[in-house]
Amino acid sequence: MKWTYASQRKEYGRALVEIGQSRSDVVVLDADLSSSTRTSDFAKKFPERFFNCGIAEQDMMGTAAGLAASGKMVFASSFAVFATGRCWDQIRQSICYPNFNVKIVASHAGITVGGDGASHQTAEDIALMRTLPNMTVIVPADALETYKAVKAVLDRPGPCYIRLGRVDFPVINSPDSPFRIGIANVMQEGDDVSLIGCGQMVALCLDAAEELHKRGVSAQVVNMSTIKPLDEITLHNAIKRTGCIVTAEEHNVLTGLGSAVGLYAAEHGDCIIRRVGIPDAFGESGESEELMVKYGLTSARIVETAEEAIRRRQ
Amino acid sequence: MRCMSLNNTSAEEIVLLRRKANLIRQHVLRMTFAAGSGHPGGSLSYADILAALYFKLMNHRPADPAWEDRDRLVLSKGHAAPAYYAALSESGYFPVSELLELRKLGSRLQGHPSRAKTPGVEMSTGSLGQGLSVANGMALAARLDRRSYRVFCLCGDGEMQSGQIWEAAMLGAHYKLDHVTAFLDRNRLQIDGPTETIMAIEPLAKKWDAFGWNVIEIDGHDMKQIIDACDKAKLVKGKPTMIIAHTIKGKGVSFMENSIAFHGKAPNEEELKLGLKELGENP
Repeated sequence: MKWTYASQRKEYGRALVEIGQSRSDVVVLDADLSSSTRTSDFAKKFPERFFNCGIAEQDMMGTAAGLAASGKMVFASSFAVFATGRCWDQIRQSICYPNFNVKIVASHAGITVGGDGASHQTAEDIALMRTLPNMTVIVPADALETYKAVKAVLDRPGPCYIRLGRVDFPVINSPDSPFRIGIANVMQEGDDVSLIGCGQMVALCLDAAEELHKRGVSAQVVNMSTIKPLDEITLHNAIKRTGCIVTAEEHNVLTGLGSAVGLYAAEHGDCIIRRVGIPDAFGESGESEELMVKYGLTSARIVETAEEAIRRRQ
Repeated sequence: MRCMSLNNTSAEEIVLLRRKANLIRQHVLRMTFAAGSGHPGGSLSYADILAALYFKLMNHRPADPAWEDRDRLVLSKGHAAPAYYAALSESGYFPVSELLELRKLGSRLQGHPSRAKTPGVEMSTGSLGQGLSVANGMALAARLDRRSYRVFCLCGDGEMQSGQIWEAAMLGAHYKLDHVTAFLDRNRLQIDGPTETIMAIEPLAKKWDAFGWNVIEIDGHDMKQIIDACDKAKLVKGKPTMIIAHTIKGKGVSFMENSIAFHGKAPNEEELKLGLKELGENP
């Protein structure tokens, strides 16, 4: 499909400024990456409610907890690898255990970080966040959904994690596409296989469905933008309808969306399940498109995986 | 309870506060004995500081734990929960009779403090090194809301080995959080041995001073010094205060004093009796 592309980070910045205008209880923290995460937009507009914590993510999460303990709605941002991995214990002990309103919005997730290489890429963040009690995990598919997700977490009590990319993502939604936390969107109906993706992989699922259609295969496409809590109703319906699922994620294939969906499917139905994602390996430097190809994040991989799954089903 | 000016702390008041500290220590022994586990050593070492805070220095309303203008306290050394619970219950946050439920299944008194479970507990702690960051966050919120409450943080000395403590030290000084007063319970012992043997943390006063904090050193068992230090901290503008309180681990019970074994071990029945006797309990 010919996609237009737009920045999730830019939408995060825009949504934050709007939230800052309507809600005086919102406070934003960053760890020296505000120009990249785009919390700098909020910082310019509301300098008194923005605190740069320096390169000290653990302290940032603790400070966020203290602000939340005193009634603030806190957004804390950094790159996904640092915002989840470097301060996982602080998120667990100081945010999730007391169940605080801290919304962690992290950019530069996945391998499409590109040239910075493995130290700045992350294929583990969904796993780290979804294992924590009280945590909600959202992976918006595009810029429009990012805007909606950032607004939606305001009404979701407790800690939330929103995962964003560095590069512009294909815009698969329209401004009036529905978005509700915990509810997956069926983008396209189909009978032979369900392609369930998150993040920019949903666009590749739509591309794959188009190709499969040419080959006489009817594919359902699901945007599973909330990884936790998992939309079990939509999953249940997919299992019943197609009995054949392919997941797609820009994350370690062992521990993210595919693992959440796969375990549900294994326990709840007669279903073939296949996972497309980053193999259990570290990334490397390269252009983001090159990395997508090298690590198997392509619509062609989804198509061949779907065809193999359908053959097995029959 | 109102914050009283401390320059005129009377001798009688000091005696009363010492009694409260003694009461906290007695509770610690009974609680850890009943639980069969827990941390008496580090609880006894800061009992005097707790008594001064809860019965004199802090502005709080036990009948209304959510009162917005209350002073906050974060127990960063969460393992010292028994003394903390004793101070909270003696203040009236929950019945004293509940203290013996420590560490029991279904109890509100978890082995380490849980904000969600226990009235008066401001922050869930236990994973060391995290409390000061949280205290800073509370202080930032006070400033944003133009409220005048103060935030106290109680740190252990072993925690000074955690990197996050020094990140929080920087943030507190950077944002000039002069309404943060932290205590460092300098009892010199951690689980594996003396702090200076395990991982040297001295010179603490120089370090905190270099990080931009107002540093006060006191005898952490001298009620008047504790009160005076907090009074001085209140007067300092533009800097948070770190009160390095030199204490004795296990203070008040001879066989627990300076004992590494009683960091995380409950007394047996005989030790309980002996300990209570030493603390002057009337049978």
